[in-house]
Amino acid sequence: MPTKISSKFSRRSFLRTSSLASGGMLIGFNFFSSCKDSVKMPDDISKLNYNDFNAFIKIANNGMVTIFSPNPEIGQGVKTSMPMIIAEELDVPWENVNVVQGVLDTSNYTRQVAGGSQSIRFGWDALRQTGASAREILVNAAATRWGVKPSECDVKNGVISNAKGETLGYGDVVNEAAILENERAIQFAKLTKEEQSAENEEVLRLKKPEEYTLIGKDIGNVDIDKIITGKPLFGLDFKSEGMVYACVLRPPAFGQILEYYDETAAKEVTDVIDVFKIGDKAKAMLAKEDVNWTVKLPETDKIVVIAKNTWAAIKGKNALKAKWKQVSKAENSEEQDEKMLTLLNGNKFTNLRKDGDVVKAFKQADKVIERVFESPFLPHNCMEPMNFYANVTPERIHLVGPVQTPADAAATVASMLGREMSEVHLEMTRMGGGFGRRLYGDFVYEAAEISHTIKKPIKMISSREDDMTTGIYRPAIKYKIAASIKDNTITGYHLKEVAIGGNMYGLIPNFFPAGAISNYQVDVAKLDSNITVGAWRAPFTNFLAFAEQSFLDELAEEIGKDAVQLRLDLLQKVKGTTDERIQYSPERMEEVIHLAVEKSGYRTPKEDVFQGFCAYYCHNTHVAEVADVVIESGMPVVKKVTVAVDCGIVVNPLGALNQIEGGVIDGVGHAMYGDFKFKEGKPSSNNYNTYRLIRNGEAPKVETHFVKNTKRPTGLGEPTLPPAGAAVAIALKKATGKRFYKQPFSTNLASQSIIG
Amino acid sequence: MPKYKLKINGSMQSFEAAEDTPLLWALRDQLNLVGAKYGCGIGQCGACTVHVNGIATRSCQLKVSQLDNKEITTIEGLSKDGSHPVQKAWKEVDVPQCGYCQAGQIMTAAAFLDQNSNPTEQEIKNAMHGNICRCAAYNRIQKAVALAVDPNLANVVDRKSENTQA
Repeated sequence: MPTKISSKFSRRSFLRTSSLASGGMLIGFNFFSSCKDSVKMPDDISKLNYNDFNAFIKIANNGMVTIFSPNPEIGQGVKTSMPMIIAEELDVPWENVNVVQGVLDTSNYTRQVAGGSQSIRFGWDALRQTGASAREILVNAAATRWGVKPSECDVKNGVISNAKGETLGYGDVVNEAAILENERAIQFAKLTKEEQSAENEEVLRLKKPEEYTLIGKDIGNVDIDKIITGKPLFGLDFKSEGMVYACVLRPPAFGQILEYYDETAAKEVTDVIDVFKIGDKAKAMLAKEDVNWTVKLPETDKIVVIAKNTWAAIKGKNALKAKWKQVSKAENSEEQDEKMLTLLNGNKFTNLRKDGDVVKAFKQADKVIERVFESPFLPHNCMEPMNFYANVTPERIHLVGPVQTPADAAATVASMLGREMSEVHLEMTRMGGGFGRRLYGDFVYEAAEISHTIKKPIKMISSREDDMTTGIYRPAIKYKIAASIKDNTITGYHLKEVAIGGNMYGLIPNFFPAGAISNYQVDVAKLDSNITVGAWRAPFTNFLAFAEQSFLDELAEEIGKDAVQLRLDLLQKVKGTTDERIQYSPERMEEVIHLAVEKSGYRTPKEDVFQGFCAYYCHNTHVAEVADVVIESGMPVVKKVTVAVDCGIVVNPLGALNQIEGGVIDGVGHAMYGDFKFKEGKPSSNNYNTYRLIRNGEAPKVETHFVKNTKRPTGLGEPTLPPAGAAVAIALKKATGKRFYKQPFSTNLASQSIIG
Repeated sequence: MPKYKLKINGSMQSFEAAEDTPLLWALRDQLNLVGAKYGCGIGQCGACTVHVNGIATRSCQLKVSQLDNKEITTIEGLSKDGSHPVQKAWKEVDVPQCGYCQAGQIMTAAAFLDQNSNPTEQEIKNAMHGNICRCAAYNRIQKAVALAVDPNLANVVDRKSENTQA
């Protein structure tokens, strides 16, 4: 057996096994907290529960491995990459691995959230340890049968061999393995506390990165066959016997509540079954103090149309007559913009980081540069609109659908309906996009309240218009950044943020360029509004990166320094820092910068290609991007983006590249076209004819280069998005001579002649 | 309630629906063919694309009452087992992220390649421009359409992480 990395850990603290009644072994594991002593392992896979375990591995008599994981899949690929990590250490061929989306049926949750690009980063150690433990359990069984020591056995591709050349497949020994583990657990229970503690100090052998045969390989999406043949997978595809369809009429503008409604015309629509209002349960729950951050609901009644099919429900909803009362301000974006600028120029800020003395630095400077950057609200626009299935009966609450925070959704529904958590049974479907929208469970609560009211299984379906106009938006944000220059050096940097409802929090001001400038200050303020805002892909930094990186480019121009060199010089000052708040690594940042510069041909510019460079750190990942812009028919076109990424070891390059390509194009698209405003509390757009998303012909080619290392993996679902807008803006400056301070850029490009 | 009999994926299917029911919802609710997806309901996103007499068509914009004597093909009927060249190319390139829009993308690509068996890169972009992919898997969509033209898919090795070298 090859030498492996030794890792001290306590198997019994997070892993349990059982013999399956149908044959084979079941392993349950919990990688965010220890298993309780009292946990019981099921002997049948229909009884899997995730109260005490994050996931299960079934090893069948034929050696096939099934991994049941309830981790939400929103398109970021964890349903493929997390099982890959287990399979690597378990040492089974990927063809023998089947991945099943687990049901969440739980009362004690830990982290089962898709968000923050953290799934792989958090799971890395535990997934490897679980795979390795399972392998050792199987090897132990084979060794016992042969009467040799486990260390005398070798494993490859699910086959155990001994020195004599005898071999056994996992399927051959799995039943014995389960029995041996059970005996071991019984023996363990009889030990004293001290003996147990000593027993727990076992050494587990983990593979060295150079021994990996699966991690680092291109593995296709595990749901690919179902996706390309149109099989039911998503929330909108789910059906049950007797299920009826529900559409919900919500207030057309923010700040409004329902005054009265007339259901007559709606009830005349063929196949409409019922019309009623909901809201009491939701309002009562909102009045409670223990509502957490995932609960965002307006305090209004809503009108529900129940029908035998979706089309009838949509028609019924359209036929409703309702009167709404404005109970809080009907907001206008123009007015909000003015207020935000006033706040930005005022002094009501909360300080998040302060190094040195920016005021003094500005006084002593040769020059002070100050710029304002502005962004609109953004809707998420998941392709699958919000929807959820609910069947609330006296016995249990059955919920099925796409949600990024199943734990919070289930807990809130229980609280709202005054039920026990143990009665809630939540199944997650594949999700037609998340982007942060499905972190909030409003649509789950609506579905539950509807089913509770009508006492039928229902599917709540939002239309695109519902989805876009009653959303939880990326807030409109403005930055004012000022920097002082003395003797051609940046001596001070002061960033102020004003966002609708607030944006940045304490960790973010420790990203680049924090630590690189002696006098550095970050202050934030918020403008309150009744428009609901929340997380949107790469929250906190999706606009910040554009502002800061564009600003640094302008500073380089002012100083007369190369934009790349300016970053490299700044990074020198962070090396060897003792400031533990600093989140990024100057060395890793340098590496991505050099890689992007080299691969993009930045130092050997081509005629008629205008390149914009920037480098950024967020979600624990370092990224540098170079956008190539050319002029076609008098208009600038983003042709290509070269990306250098350091995300540690790349588990699944095929999946990773998809995340990077998508993140970059998403970033380019929203910076170019994303625009969303409010007038009298009403959104300016409600569907794709009035809201522009980037399309195929506008997408740049994304060329990705990874920094090759074996460091622990970091996030990839988000970090390539924030710098994309900056890279494009900087390239556009070179192409057009004009700096872009406002998103979307298309508004500026269209409104004035910028060429010639 | 009117009754309809439509030829879908090669066989006659009977169902009851209001006459203004879009084909999309009849497929999904009455006929349990959920491959065509609802994305916008106004013909802007392409997630609901099916073939009507071989032409890529937005099923959200067609009423069931307009489809007499038409041959309708959905993603479920494009091939029996995912073996249509476009489906194979989609798998080979591993196009999907969330996957929601992909049935519509595949149906658009399949109809396009029936008309143009040797498209240029620009023709592919133009053909696929009407289908939104919110995950922005556009690079791979282009690649998969180009790959689908290759008569010998199995021999294609230029794919996947060719850019992973540092």
